Amino acid sequence: MIDSVLQNDKKITEEKLQELLHQMWLIRFFDEKVDEFFAKGLIHGTTHLCVGQEATAAGAIAVLEERDKITSTHRGHGHCIAKGADVKRMMAELFGRVTGYCKGKGGSMHIADLDKGNLGANGIVGGGIPIAVGAALTSQMKKLGYVTISFFGDGATNEGSFHEAINMASIWKLPVIFFCENNQYGMSGPVKEMVNIVNIADRAKSYGIPGVVVDGNDIFTVMKVTAEAVERARNGEGPTLIEAKTYRWKGHSKSDGKKYRTREEEMEWRTRRDPIARMEKVLIEEGILNEEQARSIEQRAKQDIEDAVKFAENSPMPSLDSLLEDVYA
Amino acid sequence: MREITYLEAVREAMQEEMRANPDVFLMGEDIGVYGGAFGVSRGMIEEFGPERIRNTPISEAAIAGAAVGAAMTGMRPIIELQFSDFITIAADQLINQAAKNRYMFGGKGKVPFVLRTPAGSGTGAAAQHSQSLEAWMAHIPGLKVVQPSTAYDAKGLLKAAIDDDNPVIFYEHKLCYRTKDHVPEGSYSIPLGKADIKREGTDVTIVATAIMVHKALQAAVELEKEGISVEIVDPRTIVPLDEETIVNSVKKTGRLVVVHEAVKRGGFGGEIASMIAESEAFDYLDAPIKRLGGLPIPIPYNPILEKAAIPQEEDIILAVKETLNRV
Repeated sequence: MIDSVLQNDKKITEEKLQELLHQMWLIRFFDEKVDEFFAKGLIHGTTHLCVGQEATAAGAIAVLEERDKITSTHRGHGHCIAKGADVKRMMAELFGRVTGYCKGKGGSMHIADLDKGNLGANGIVGGGIPIAVGAALTSQMKKLGYVTISFFGDGATNEGSFHEAINMASIWKLPVIFFCENNQYGMSGPVKEMVNIVNIADRAKSYGIPGVVVDGNDIFTVMKVTAEAVERARNGEGPTLIEAKTYRWKGHSKSDGKKYRTREEEMEWRTRRDPIARMEKVLIEEGILNEEQARSIEQRAKQDIEDAVKFAENSPMPSLDSLLEDVYA
Repeated sequence: MREITYLEAVREAMQEEMRANPDVFLMGEDIGVYGGAFGVSRGMIEEFGPERIRNTPISEAAIAGAAVGAAMTGMRPIIELQFSDFITIAADQLINQAAKNRYMFGGKGKVPFVLRTPAGSGTGAAAQHSQSLEAWMAHIPGLKVVQPSTAYDAKGLLKAAIDDDNPVIFYEHKLCYRTKDHVPEGSYSIPLGKADIKREGTDVTIVATAIMVHKALQAAVELEKEGISVEIVDPRTIVPLDEETIVNSVKKTGRLVVVHEAVKRGGFGGEIASMIAESEAFDYLDAPIKRLGGLPIPIPYNPILEKAAIPQEEDIILAVKETLNRV
């Protein structure tokens, strides 16, 4: 698989693969740190962690260009990091500081980074899907050539917005990719109890577009499948629905006792399907990096997150003067 | 000056804006060859083509959501929902997405689109096609809410709405569509947040919106015969609201009647009445404020019942007289 990725896409160099490994570690350490601080009461509100799902965000966004856009979900830290956000400003946002992406007004669920083409996380399940269609419409009408990926979870595919948006994008052949991160649970609802089909990707048939199932914990497969969908979209052939089967290691959000799943199931995904360990193993086997370099990449990511925490802690709180600002343009 | 209908004025505003700016386009159900549910966009597809007069599937959430995404990325969409009741189906995108976007993202970007939609009763379309839900939209920080009552206002306000960098809900009253008015041929715009004094008077102020402006004007003619001089203030936009013009009018007349079609309970009239009660105009009041609005019922089908559900000219006349103790 790695050969086909390297061959298919000349932009994916060995250096880029090392960067992607670093990025996956960044995503993991970011969310683990958030989890820790949350438990200590240092971060308030709520937050939804994507530990275990690093390969979908990093893999799908790796095949995009800078001008391409994404919409994200409430479990969106990984997408945000993969699209080029600064983890310092992200952490500062979670700390509610003025240096955060939203000046402390958005928090975990509402980070946007428009300069990098991230049109925003979303607190509403399925809320970003029609927005991605609108961004794709702009690309088509202004002939800008960019592609938009809309990330959403398995639960969102039962929302009306998913079906309305995908149908509209299909009839207009818009350059948008519907990327379902099927992490097996919509909050506590197991996907098999909420959907009467085995593969969510099969829903693509209803809209006359390709639907592809992919191992969401294998970054190389994610990259390959997404690259094909991006090419289709750029060629004016319209959208693709990608379903990446993955797993969130943590609960839905805080105070989730995870009574709806077994310890065995969790351990199976953690020990045998860890997307980072899998990628690292392949890179070492292929001679792209050695064990020592692998540890160094991991350490660098850990340090980046420590630096982000320091930056956040040392950043000022917003002043009350800013309370009424930015409601209207 | 020529006279055109309110409907034609709305169309003309869209045409002028679309000619002037390639980023402006119209999207909605049946707005193409069919010309829209009320014929507002009739003929526009011939001039602008199906790319810019974009017929959609029956998918209100996707229409509103696509408008948000397109607006965030550099377009200035106008979307038409066939009846304002259908805002309920697009509500997530309007309330949770469009309205919040700028603030919750820390002031980054903007969401410039206009949602045009026919509102109000009087056509026999009954409960699911006749509502006036503007107070609901006005309650949401981040949205602007426009309610033109005349063709002149409709053209000027729509042009301002399209040029505005925020999401604007533009309510077109169905019974206003066929009304005619003097409308300049050239381009002009009316700033959002500027009320219009539709009639000057000295005894009592009526603040009226949309179709109620017309009913209030008729009532004023009748009241004048009895020597009562009525001033009629049309806010035209309820968000932003021109509080100053309303306050000044009440200071002048000392009496206030607020009249709108939407259900009185929780309606925008309560907001205007409270605003006056909290303002310096309170000290000038010579009588309690009167508030007229729709009854707390879904709009009924039967034409006699339908008419009885909302304030009529005689109700306004009575309310004015009550404030003057002349019943």
